[in-house]
Amino acid sequence: MKHKTFFWFVFPSVLLMILFIALPLVSVVTQSLYSKHEQVIVEVENCGPFGCTKATTVDQEATAALEEAEPLGKWAGLDIYKDRNHLAINEVGQAWINSDGLPDFGRTLMNLPFYKALGFTITYTAIVTPLTIILGFFIAIAVNSVARAMRGPTIFFSLLPMIVTPLVGSLIIFWMVDARGILGTGLQWLASDPSLSVKASTPLMWAMLMFYGVWHSAPFAFIVYYAGLQTVNQDTLEAAMIDGASRWERIRYVVVPHLAPLTTFIALIQLMDNFRVFEPIISFSAAAHATSLSYAIFNDLGGETRLLSSAAATSVLTIIFVAMLLSPVLVRTWRDFGTQK
Amino acid sequence: MTLMKKLTLGTAIAALGTTAAMADGHGGCTEGRLNIVGNEFPAIQTVAAAAVACAGDDAEANLTADHQKINVAGMTGNPAEYTTAIVANSSIVALINEDVIQPLDDLVAAHGQDIPKQQLITVDGKIMAVAFMANAQHLVYRADVLEQIGADVPTSYEDVLAAAEEIRAEGIMEHPVGGAYAAGWNLAQEFTNMYIGTGGQFFEPGSAQVSINNAQGVEALEMMKALSAYMNPDYLTHDSNATSAEWEAGNVALMNMWGSRTGVLMDDEGSAPEVYENTKVGGPLMVGDSGTPATTLWWDGWTVAKNVSDEDAAATFTAMAAGVSPDILNDETMSQAVWLMEGFEPAPVNEGVLAAVAAGSTPYPMVPYQGLLHTALGDNIADFLQGSESAEQTLADIEAAYTAAAKENGFLQ
Repeated sequence: MKHKTFFWFVFPSVLLMILFIALPLVSVVTQSLYSKHEQVIVEVENCGPFGCTKATTVDQEATAALEEAEPLGKWAGLDIYKDRNHLAINEVGQAWINSDGLPDFGRTLMNLPFYKALGFTITYTAIVTPLTIILGFFIAIAVNSVARAMRGPTIFFSLLPMIVTPLVGSLIIFWMVDARGILGTGLQWLASDPSLSVKASTPLMWAMLMFYGVWHSAPFAFIVYYAGLQTVNQDTLEAAMIDGASRWERIRYVVVPHLAPLTTFIALIQLMDNFRVFEPIISFSAAAHATSLSYAIFNDLGGETRLLSSAAATSVLTIIFVAMLLSPVLVRTWRDFGTQK
Repeated sequence: MTLMKKLTLGTAIAALGTTAAMADGHGGCTEGRLNIVGNEFPAIQTVAAAAVACAGDDAEANLTADHQKINVAGMTGNPAEYTTAIVANSSIVALINEDVIQPLDDLVAAHGQDIPKQQLITVDGKIMAVAFMANAQHLVYRADVLEQIGADVPTSYEDVLAAAEEIRAEGIMEHPVGGAYAAGWNLAQEFTNMYIGTGGQFFEPGSAQVSINNAQGVEALEMMKALSAYMNPDYLTHDSNATSAEWEAGNVALMNMWGSRTGVLMDDEGSAPEVYENTKVGGPLMVGDSGTPATTLWWDGWTVAKNVSDEDAAATFTAMAAGVSPDILNDETMSQAVWLMEGFEPAPVNEGVLAAVAAGSTPYPMVPYQGLLHTALGDNIADFLQGSESAEQTLADIEAAYTAAAKENGFLQ
């Protein structure tokens, strides 16, 4: 391809990537390095239907000049990253010196909002991703052995959890596990404990969120594996059968190696998705028990006073963590690509 | 979205036929643009419908529970997308902080001479909003259950605890106390009430320095924990809607609830006659011996955007003034809220809010950094209620989280 043709060929996608990926990233990073200007607070009297009270307000004229001069805000450098609501460098240092053994240090760490969110996010990703892949694989194997006439409807039903909007899907489960819902009552009966409530216990809430995560994303792994299963070499399978391989041995030595590249792909997508866990925390009202990095960003922006710089700093940290998490998979893909050439 | 709102408003206007006609008859609305953003509940729908009817066909209203997330952004541009935001005493602060609403003194002088002075919200002598209704949280109780245990109507949280113990001991209800304790905004609001009730001050006078890690803070947290022992174990996931649902299901006999939500509990929809016939409202609850009720007073009112032309500002002002004129009060709208306009006749459902006002309750603090503290409270109190740390530790965490946020926002150095 000529250079000019190549340029015009990729130009639209490069433009879109700059507009929608690169520029927002630059904006987020910039935002996280600035904080708001010092606000001039004046004491005033506020009056209304309930009488007058002494209160304070921001002196707009005094702060307007500052904002005019530096519209981005006050240069904060890495201060926001280092403060207590993010990496909490000082607090972690203090805890390391003062804590009484590792468990005590862990407790102090989990009391800091960022590490609490990170703790849940990492646990969620580490548990949900492999379970999704394993469950998706077995669903694919099972569906693949269903009689041909029944396959269409079976595939449709297996895909349902992914088709349902995450918020709606998690709300349905949330109501079912309510202490008076069908699953909640069932659990109480199973555990013979009438006071058992999933929503009141942190470990059960974590389990619930992860169960939802697997339920919601297993269909994705399933459909990818199912597509892969259609390309398994039938001759190899027959040869294995003639050699006396059992069904399990055929799966283990023929199917699994064939699907290995797909596993890398699913792991890549699922790691990214699971690290951004957000919707179930909102619809399960789980914030008292579990918070994630995405939830922390949402919470910063949803208050009466928006914390733009704080949200930006958490976003940048999330991006860094996702990049770290994906690097082994990316390196592997790169290497595979290299050898194929 | 806007189309949907237009359609809903259309029906609301049809329902309000007479009102709209009256507002039109006034003819006080000048030419210009009107676009309302605000919360969504019956009283606000009534006001928005009347304002839109007065302003004419091009007027729009976007009423949504997420109004706080969009009003600042929607008023920052020039010209502003929304010419008016309907706000409460907590949410007006964000608009003042961002300098997106204008003082109304000139407009009141030109077009609003007949608005009673008590409806005008002034900050430092400048009129910033026009209030149209009052709201507060107060006791809601089941008269039949209290009668069964032979208890008087509680006036303090100590009475509530005693009555709850009695109800549980009698085997009437396992979790007789309700409350919007969902982690986040609701939980922070309950602490705010309780802390005010103990006589605590949130900040060092005249500064943004927080000071809640004290005896009153501990007392407020301890009382919340004591109450939570009588609540449904899922209380940390129950917002006002879920708490109301628990009430209508007949599982709760005593709760602190918003005046604007009691109408739904006392009507004959959604619950058994035994529940709605015996649902009564009490006054605000006290805690300890500070003499200040453990509740906050709220107003809802409207503002005018700063970045709009004088013509649009006048049109918005006249339309909103028509929207909150005494003419909108009729049989249907009268009980929707504690209206501040002349001609309002309270119904039994409004007694709780009026009692809260009469008892000298404290308005929700209108200071620029209260919202940051509210967020910090909502994020941390659950740790104490779940028993994973001491009250002092929780209060220290809240102070630390607030301080970091206040530094980032330029309120503290």
